[in-house]
Amino acid sequence: MLQVSIYRYNPETDEKPYMQDFQLDTAGKDIMVLDVLEQLKAQDTTIAFRRSCREGVCGSDGLNMNGKNGLACITPLSATVKKNKLVIRPLPGLPVVRDLVVDMGLFYAQYEKVQPFLQNDSPAPAIERLQSPEEREKLDGLYECILCACCSSSCPSFWWNPDRFIGPAGLLQSYRFLADSRDTATEQRLANLDDPFSVFRCHGIQNCVSVCPKGLNPTRAIGHIRNMLLTRAT
Amino acid sequence: MTNMRTISFDGVIVGGGGAGMRAALQLAQSGYKTAVISKVFPTRSHTVSAQGGITCAIASDDPNDDWRWHMYDTVKGSDYIGDQDAIEYMCSVGPEAVFELEHMGLPFSRTEQGRIYQRPFGGQSKNYGEGGQAARTCAAADRTGHALLHTLYQGNMKNNTVFFNEWYATDLVKNQDGAVVGVIAICMETGETVYVKSKATVFATGGAGRIYASTTNAHINTGDGIGMALRAGYPVQDIEMWQFHPTGIYGAGVLVTEGCRGEGGYLVNKDGERFMERYAPNAKDLAGRDVVARSMVLEILEGRGCGPEADHVYLKLDHLGEEVLHSRLPGICELSETFAHANPVNEPVPVVPTCHYMMGGIPTNVHGQALTVDAGGNDHIIPGLYACGEVACVSVHGANRLGGNSLLDLVVFGRASGLHIEQSLRAGIDVRDASESDIEQAMARLDKLNGSKGGENVAALRKELQNVMQNHFGVFRNEKFMQEGIRKLSDLRGRIENAALDDKSMAYNTARIEALELHNLFEVAEATAITAEERKESRGAHARDDYQDRDDENWLCHSMYYPGNKSVGKRGVNFEPQTVDTFQPKTRTY
Repeated sequence: MLQVSIYRYNPETDEKPYMQDFQLDTAGKDIMVLDVLEQLKAQDTTIAFRRSCREGVCGSDGLNMNGKNGLACITPLSATVKKNKLVIRPLPGLPVVRDLVVDMGLFYAQYEKVQPFLQNDSPAPAIERLQSPEEREKLDGLYECILCACCSSSCPSFWWNPDRFIGPAGLLQSYRFLADSRDTATEQRLANLDDPFSVFRCHGIQNCVSVCPKGLNPTRAIGHIRNMLLTRAT
Repeated sequence: MTNMRTISFDGVIVGGGGAGMRAALQLAQSGYKTAVISKVFPTRSHTVSAQGGITCAIASDDPNDDWRWHMYDTVKGSDYIGDQDAIEYMCSVGPEAVFELEHMGLPFSRTEQGRIYQRPFGGQSKNYGEGGQAARTCAAADRTGHALLHTLYQGNMKNNTVFFNEWYATDLVKNQDGAVVGVIAICMETGETVYVKSKATVFATGGAGRIYASTTNAHINTGDGIGMALRAGYPVQDIEMWQFHPTGIYGAGVLVTEGCRGEGGYLVNKDGERFMERYAPNAKDLAGRDVVARSMVLEILEGRGCGPEADHVYLKLDHLGEEVLHSRLPGICELSETFAHANPVNEPVPVVPTCHYMMGGIPTNVHGQALTVDAGGNDHIIPGLYACGEVACVSVHGANRLGGNSLLDLVVFGRASGLHIEQSLRAGIDVRDASESDIEQAMARLDKLNGSKGGENVAALRKELQNVMQNHFGVFRNEKFMQEGIRKLSDLRGRIENAALDDKSMAYNTARIEALELHNLFEVAEATAITAEERKESRGAHARDDYQDRDDENWLCHSMYYPGNKSVGKRGVNFEPQTVDTFQPKTRTY
């Protein structure tokens, strides 16, 4: 029997959050953490969590499992369970709405702040804008972000300044457009980031890199932005 | 009742996937007050899972490519019950719609010439089937849906679309003239119920693959739009037509793209034989999805399946080499390792046909306007209601959708819906307000659920429903089995309508949403079952042991399911494209 401990909080009935223990017979199978949650919810329908694609591409079920952020749907028990124990908490650093559901408002606000859409002043051609395979390759490792918030909610700098530090996810997307050969708003994008907090609160702790379920590297992207800001200043 | 808040918009779109966000973008750009209601944050919609690409004759791979060839393939793929005016519209407008996405920033893969990379997909040909395999599917590696969905969300952000994220629409509001004037919606975070009033309501609620036990679809694909339409008394079209994708990962149901076979992968049975050579000598593994799925099931039934239970086949990819796999199919490598514990660089991927796509849906014209049909067989537009994407049946997919055509469908008809609403708003839409009793009627289901006591467990009922559909309405169907399935469903109806909601709390109560979703799943399942039993032929994805041939004399038509008396009628297929000659029905071989 797997011992599962889940963070519970219903704002209507609970004065404060608590951990609730469950036991689950997994029949020895190496199922995903999301399967565990689904099976427990079939018994106790009050457990609240987000889920959609169940294959690691929609980013709904970012959770803290045995102390590490990840996506429940692609985290097999074998990758997280120690001593037969699984502790599931909401992503840290974000306000809890209920149980495992966090308020992502601040996280999305930082994403919007970087103007994550292509900007190009020239009139669009009748066909696509051309881009060489080499130029396009610069977007690999950037565009794949699924906005799960595993990175930003594991970042101490984001915990301290969630309103002023853009955070790893937002900055990764910022660089995705800075690196795009089709985008012409580089100067304005950099000007918007040129303050002590937006970028420079990153201290290279690299929690973001170690938890990203898509294997992306926000720290490297932030380094590129820093270099662009420093070059621009000289 | 009177204390319920009303929020008003010019246009409201229910669903934040590709179709909904493309419609919203069009409308928001026109300056009209536009809102999207989405039960998940938009980038978590199921479009995100689309992998292989968007099929469109942009003439990158072949400078002589022609949208008419794409049209021919699509008509043939539909087994001739796709509407030719709609297919013509989709294939001819397609390039413009795809270039718009690129201009918005979609990070397509590229050719050496800097153009959009296109890969071969099933059912594609050059020169009306005479010129060999075409490569017409525009791709962003194998993450095209993700790239497309994020790009559309970003485009809407730029144009200030109002998003009601994690709001759930429960039912349509109709006024006393029968016009649709908005929806009832629940804010999931607070539990507040609101009347969202609108002059035009667009259903872009996606598919309902969760009616089956084994599906590539996300948990959220529960047929909410179909459920709402049927409860409002509107018919659905070709709802018996469900696509089983050949390559769902065995055991998990997760999709691996047809692009795997497009890039040169192929299926083998337990003897290592490339069996598609026997079933489709020309197109082989790139025959229509219905053809490939049936061939796989036959291999398994005849004892040539793989694994200890001989219940799946293998998708062989290792011969493509590590470089191609990692550059063209990186997402597939991840999924295969996570869900099948197989690294495609060295090992084949175990796969089995898995429920994937609902070809049927709410009938519409090419402007996305929802239709109903009177007793005399005449189409009538439902005032105020639009549908686009998977929930709609316009119909471009007929009895079998071609790979890559779903993404094209949703951008082209999402856009067309937005364009038409914009025009209608400019001309002026004058509708009577919903009365208190109109709103009460729309609230009836939610009120009943909120006041309910007792009842059976939602998860258990859902599982039972999914098993009935899986066992009685799968790849191969016959009368005896389907009738048994229909009997089981009629037993389930009352139990599902009275399913338990023990937790009546307000804040982020997912149990309430899942109970409401189960009602919708049931409506889709029952319509599917009754219509499938009625269509006494085999066509496209609808394959019957007891009627093995296509019957053009009686069934070269759409089915129409009417929820009032649960009857099935027929509706003519459009054979009158505007600019090309009609493609006449022929025997369909690959």
